[in-house]
Amino acid sequence: MTLLLVALGGAAGAVLRYGIDRGVRPGPGSAFPRGTFTVNVVGSFLIALLVGGAAVFDGFGSSGLRTLLVVGLCGALTTFSTFGQDTVRLYTSGARSHAVRYVSGTVLGGVAAAGLGLGTVALFAQL
Amino acid sequence: MLSDSSSARRWRVLAAVALGGALGSSLRYGVSLALPHADGGAVWPTLTVNVLGCLAIGAFTVFLEAGEPHHLLRPFLGVGVLGGFTTFSSYLADAGGLLAAGRPLYAALYLLLTVLLALPAVICGAMLARAVVARSRRSGPGAFSGNAHDTAPETTPGTESR
Repeated sequence: MTLLLVALGGAAGAVLRYGIDRGVRPGPGSAFPRGTFTVNVVGSFLIALLVGGAAVFDGFGSSGLRTLLVVGLCGALTTFSTFGQDTVRLYTSGARSHAVRYVSGTVLGGVAAAGLGLGTVALFAQL
Repeated sequence: MLSDSSSARRWRVLAAVALGGALGSSLRYGVSLALPHADGGAVWPTLTVNVLGCLAIGAFTVFLEAGEPHHLLRPFLGVGVLGGFTTFSSYLADAGGLLAAGRPLYAALYLLLTVLLALPAVICGAMLARAVVARSRRSGPGAFSGNAHDTAPETTPGTESR
């Protein structure tokens, strides 16, 4: 049952990632992987919201719902393989500073987005 | 204005991404069950899938470029399976867990370590795949092309010397 929820969330997350990547794909001449950056930052915000919310609010969704959304949806919406592949591609194609900026931008952007997610939870916890 | 065939093609691509995502996520979940994650070891499953996934995508990209792959192979295996297998959100959530446990240094180390292992893994995967492609081209033209999916990256490294 749990595996089914993971698979279902994973299918939805992967399709969402594909759709977002197609939607924000940069024009010719821009090498920055905007789509992967976007899904990773958005997914970081979402997982902070879900995990933080579950920690603060008792009964914030069932554990099944959290498996579906955290392990399945957030897990598959975000990706490390494409992130790594794009970074190496940037680096080996000579755009080394782009590669460094892409890695640090994604990690710091993800941390900031997760902080924003936790901040949102804290805000609601005070209401 | 979409012709029937291009719309059908688009749906097949989406189905391949969804199926791959379901499979990759299930595999990731399996790894998280198989590896110890209690008592501060919560980061190992995520670190493992991310490094393995990067090794695989490095190899997969080389195989894709070497052959004439089926048009659904990249959506299924690259976008779906490997994208769903690896994760950025759990990577940050793990670091957040370490931070919440009062281990900020470990959190920072973990963030750095994953990147320092995953990026060379992409390069290693690509190097191994290039060696396989070169060998199969030596052993005869056409021995490799069109059969990119027959060469699973995880099964080949042991047989390759550097």
